Amino acid sequence: MSSRSSSLVRTVLPPAVFGVAFIAIWELAVKAFNLKPYFLAPPSKIWQKFTENIDLVWGAAKVSGTNALIGLLLGAFLGMAMSFILSRFKFLNNLITPLAIALNAIPIFVLVAVLNNMFAITSEVPRRIMVTLVVYFIVLVNVAKGLTQVSPTHVELMKSYAASDTQILRKVRIPNAVPYLFTALKISAPASVITAFVSEYFGGSQNGLGSRITSNIANSKNAVAWGYVLGACLLGLTFYVISSLLEGVATPGGRAKRTKEGR
Amino acid sequence: MTIVMTTVMTTQKTSETARRIRRAVLFVVSLLAVAVAWELYKAVGPEAGGKIFGWKLLPRSNNNAMPHVWDMLMRYNRPELRGSDRKIWSVVLAGAWFSFRLALVGFAIGSTLGLGLSILMARFKFAERGILPYLVLSQTVPLIALAPLVVSWGGKLSIAGWTWPRWMSAAVLGAFLAFFPVAVGALKGLTSAPSASLELMDSYAASWWQTLRKLRFPAAIPFIVPSLKLAASASVIGVVVAEISTGLKGGIGRLIIEYAREATGDPAKVFTAVFGAAALGLAMSGFVTLADMYMMRNRPKEASA
Amino acid sequence: MSAVEITNISKAFNLGSSNQVDALTDINLSIASGEFVSLIGPSGCGKSTLLRLIANLIEPTSGELVVNGKSAKQARLDQDYGMAFQQSGLFEWRTVAKNIELPLELKGWDKAKRQARATEMLELVKLSDFANHYPWQLSGGMQQRVAIARALAVHPSLLLMDEPFGALDEMTREHMQSELLSICRASGTTVVFVTHSIPEAVYLSNRVVVMSPRPGRVTEIVDVSIEGERNDATRDNSAFFKGITSVREALRGVEMSDHVRGIEDR
Repeated sequence: MSSRSSSLVRTVLPPAVFGVAFIAIWELAVKAFNLKPYFLAPPSKIWQKFTENIDLVWGAAKVSGTNALIGLLLGAFLGMAMSFILSRFKFLNNLITPLAIALNAIPIFVLVAVLNNMFAITSEVPRRIMVTLVVYFIVLVNVAKGLTQVSPTHVELMKSYAASDTQILRKVRIPNAVPYLFTALKISAPASVITAFVSEYFGGSQNGLGSRITSNIANSKNAVAWGYVLGACLLGLTFYVISSLLEGVATPGGRAKRTKEGR
Repeated sequence: MTIVMTTVMTTQKTSETARRIRRAVLFVVSLLAVAVAWELYKAVGPEAGGKIFGWKLLPRSNNNAMPHVWDMLMRYNRPELRGSDRKIWSVVLAGAWFSFRLALVGFAIGSTLGLGLSILMARFKFAERGILPYLVLSQTVPLIALAPLVVSWGGKLSIAGWTWPRWMSAAVLGAFLAFFPVAVGALKGLTSAPSASLELMDSYAASWWQTLRKLRFPAAIPFIVPSLKLAASASVIGVVVAEISTGLKGGIGRLIIEYAREATGDPAKVFTAVFGAAALGLAMSGFVTLADMYMMRNRPKEASA
Repeated sequence: MSAVEITNISKAFNLGSSNQVDALTDINLSIASGEFVSLIGPSGCGKSTLLRLIANLIEPTSGELVVNGKSAKQARLDQDYGMAFQQSGLFEWRTVAKNIELPLELKGWDKAKRQARATEMLELVKLSDFANHYPWQLSGGMQQRVAIARALAVHPSLLLMDEPFGALDEMTREHMQSELLSICRASGTTVVFVTHSIPEAVYLSNRVVVMSPRPGRVTEIVDVSIEGERNDATRDNSAFFKGITSVREALRGVEMSDHVRGIEDR
């Protein structure tokens, strides 16, 4: 077996084994203990409801997904822009960084309750603002780290070439920050999806996956609700996979270059 | 030589504290800046909301949608409900304290679980490759779906006459979000021991468990410390979301939802609860920071950027 | 009885595959008790691999290893040797004294005995004042002294050292060499010492084993006989310079493309 296919097997086989075992145990447990659907729905039923309602699930996913995507792109853009500004003006950096660190500790999604009041009841804007905020701070903190934590030797070298600050930014700081940006995106992608869902719990428009799940659970339609949950997981997974692929494209040189773990 | 060393250490410590104080002061300044920006928008923004390039992007700036900052602060001193004696600050404080304790329990359970998983994954590479993807996946499951499940399972659970209290479900959901950063961070730390040190332990014919206790675990502490911070805020999020979806009485999540419903009549009220939730998050973060400082007390300090 | 008996030892990495590396082939070496033997050679000659074979950190592909009259594995299990590396490998979360106690803890010594032995070791390397300091508070040379103290804590009859002074500056290095010699002389320890430095090898050893790469083998064993006790004056001794010349010549005789890589010639 070639080493590439054997490493593929090594990566795929263990999770496949655990996954299949988990689903099998789940299904058997429901059947064996004769669990009622409001207690725990079996995977077979969830799959059935999922495929039955696939149009509805897809529609709801589009709403939540759009919110997440807009917030992700806008938040990433603003975060990057702000980090450039902060790397230039140390005073602003000292002002904003403590705020960013503090905001990291707070469940800021509760702001949606406030935002909902500031916009029309059917608007999706509060959710998008929420996602933007969450992604903005993640990207800001990480990219700022990447721009400022450069090797002093590199900076000394550039100074010996009488390079201007902008040239140092372009040739040293930005390339240094690229891996940090992608780490931030890999964290932000699932975070944007989750934030989009959580933002739907506070009232407002009821078209997204989050609200669908809530209403179905409230009506004790567990299998249907979990069909939507499956859709939600798939949405989150898609975002994560896309961001991982983007990372792969943007940082050539393989995994060895991107991670530096030993065992 | 020893005197020089001690002097260097003391100067390091005082500059650490000076840095912390400066950060706290700047934090307060930045909060004031946000308040100023809020009021500025109120002064110049459109009363009924507005459009940028045809999109309804500008929020309403009237007093109903955006109360004055002063009104928000003053609201704390007035009663919660018409005719009630309890001032709102005591209600919000009680709610935040309730949720804080739940978050603490969730954090403790989650961290322990995360550590246990990381040790399992460090020991058996098959476990790491098999379980880690699902740990990542588990974090994408919306809590809103898990919360009712946990509540109904808990309701059925009774061991030797002890029944599952309703608040435990919220703590469990906090633990569910908290375990992940700890599992990932601890795994990274446990596998970070330099190969020379591993060879050293081999040369002592140390067992895997001895190597874990004496080398891998202490070497993992610098990785576990930042992940505990993440776990603390994750636990708060889990608890608040659980409170919202299960309607758990007594917590800050429930207060936020209740006050949000009254927002048209009493716009400043919801802010009191939101600030309460923020204070809750900061309290957890402060608690974990203290634990961090204790655990890293004898380590060399990182050079600041 | 010899301390280390190496018979027809070979070690190949990635055996059977296309990128097989013959790190060592047919090594034969007998090290007497109390001897100080250096292994020197260009990068890739297998000297570190040989050291790790003696330490039983890796297994040979073929051949026999007898350490202290036992199998290498038993010697390791019995903690018959102490080991020191180029990176001092001290645990940054333990004080100097607790670092020295590490092998004793693993063998189940009780607290009082451990502390007594650690104190004794600290006196030996002249670092008694730093028992409660942390490694990062000490200079590189001091950290290596602690590493040596740790290696000697179990009073082993054999000391295995892999370029322990490689990361130190020249003056500290010479100082540490003298210290090491006086410690080993006092305890009669056998030492197997891997180095890149010809003067270091000649200063410290009774015999210098010159190795060459591709495949790793012993080219020559140079007997270094210098009259009397070795100290700083030895470095000006003509026998010392003769020894250096012999070793250098043996290294030059190594078949290699162009030049000998990785050897210090000072």
